[in-house]
Amino acid sequence: MSDRDLVVLGVGMHPWGKWGRDFTEYGMVAARAALKDAGIEWKDVQYVAGADTIRNGYPGFIAGATFAQKMGWTGARVSSSYAACASGAMSLQTARASILAGFCDVAMVIGADTTPKGFFAPVGGGDRKNDPDWLRFHLLGATNPVYFALFARRRMDLYGATSEDFAQVKVKNSLHGLNNPNARFRKESAIEDVLNSPVVSDPLRLLDICATSDGAAAMIVTSRAFAEKHLGSLKGVPRIKAVSTSTPTYPQTILELPDFATDSSAVVMPPARGFKDSICWDAYEEAGVGPEDLSMAEVYDLSTALELDWYEHLGLCAPGEAESLLRSGATTIGGRIPVNPSGGLSCFGEAIPAQAIAQVCELVWQLRGQAGDRQIENAKLGITANQGLFGHGSSVIVGI
Amino acid sequence: MSETATSNASQVPAVEGWFTLDQNPHLIGSQCPSCETYVFPPRESACPNPACDSDELKPTPFSRFGTVWSYAENRYAPPLPYRAAEPFEPYALVAVQLEKEGIIVLGQAPKGILATDLKVGMRMQLETDVLYREDDVDYMIYVWAPAVQDEVVGGAK
Repeated sequence: MSDRDLVVLGVGMHPWGKWGRDFTEYGMVAARAALKDAGIEWKDVQYVAGADTIRNGYPGFIAGATFAQKMGWTGARVSSSYAACASGAMSLQTARASILAGFCDVAMVIGADTTPKGFFAPVGGGDRKNDPDWLRFHLLGATNPVYFALFARRRMDLYGATSEDFAQVKVKNSLHGLNNPNARFRKESAIEDVLNSPVVSDPLRLLDICATSDGAAAMIVTSRAFAEKHLGSLKGVPRIKAVSTSTPTYPQTILELPDFATDSSAVVMPPARGFKDSICWDAYEEAGVGPEDLSMAEVYDLSTALELDWYEHLGLCAPGEAESLLRSGATTIGGRIPVNPSGGLSCFGEAIPAQAIAQVCELVWQLRGQAGDRQIENAKLGITANQGLFGHGSSVIVGI
Repeated sequence: MSETATSNASQVPAVEGWFTLDQNPHLIGSQCPSCETYVFPPRESACPNPACDSDELKPTPFSRFGTVWSYAENRYAPPLPYRAAEPFEPYALVAVQLEKEGIIVLGQAPKGILATDLKVGMRMQLETDVLYREDDVDYMIYVWAPAVQDEVVGGAK
């Protein structure tokens, strides 16, 4: 075990769904579940790293304090992080830094959200002509699915991907999540179901695109010393081996949500690794492992086609080969490298601040052999991959 | 592409300083006088090149022609602050790669140009179209239209 490993003592979630209740209610359920799983008391938590939600007023912006107060003030230190979809990873990194620096031994990482119906729209009212997120809606009507569609279309025009290929991702993930008690959508999808769903942002259909959900996830991470004292032995106990929160390197030459344009490559050569590759490879390098060492991956399938992109960014296959890898069955549970054994966003929908934490929860259950009928045999090492808008990378490696 | 505008409506850009509204419209970007890198949308300060400490950027006309990097088509009306026409008509969005500037710029396609009319690598040119009308004023936006053949032969303006 590396000196920089963090022990995951407990994980917990509130199931994903759409109820419109106060986000802190969901968070409390996840927090209590993680504490119980860890076998510790709330008063043992010295640090609360909250992942923020920006659609739930002031309490959402100060998530660390919000949950610390809701659980009952204990004097614990808090932090609140916002990095869009990567907020959970940023919170984990904050907790990790505090533990590795020796400032505390036991931290809770927590995120919860309540989402509105329909397309995500800019947060807050009024004209904001200097806010690119407001402007992309106002001037272009460039919703999030538009950006997902741009990536999907490139796979089609450059690599010959088909709508059937994209639908196959949904079929796979729907099977994975079928009996996941925390998943919101637990229904088998056939290729035809996807192809018969309405086109939202061509070439993507409704069932290619993830929904927005309510949900919460929490975990208890600790120093090695605390865990050894608490558990006796750390054999088979999942450990965080890397957290990558990379930002892009100039020039960023791929058009990413929510930008109007890329950086310019006219006078500065693009980096050898593009942004999304670097998110994953920074994590590999930190953990001292490579894609060949993985038992599984949880990736951010905002759309079916984006899951295929992640296969390539993670180095599971060469660019242009993701469709073949999918069709070979390698990324299905039972295959060489199962992807999204939880069912992914396809079965969950996105609860932004909770999602990157939920990805880690799934790896932990798999590594402990507690994933029920979606269990990956002999799982030893997993990676999560995700990206938050405005240049936030998120990749976590967990192993036993 | 101003055929959708009627003659009695005046035209103003929906956003100031991003494009021209003349016969041969082009985007207005910024360029760093020190390292010469380009920026879009345009701004006056802070060169984005980490190796350059210039805090001055100057407006510069961008190439009018480029190639399709990717495209999408909205089948549902986007939420506010987009001012969708009623009834809503599907429209395409196109990301176009500008060779000289080394930049990809996202824009709408003109009304009537849909995903089936587009392909990665296709040559496009900048035009303008009406984004929305309010109080007899047409608020205009730049759009990417398939390039007209003779202009392709003639090269970028």
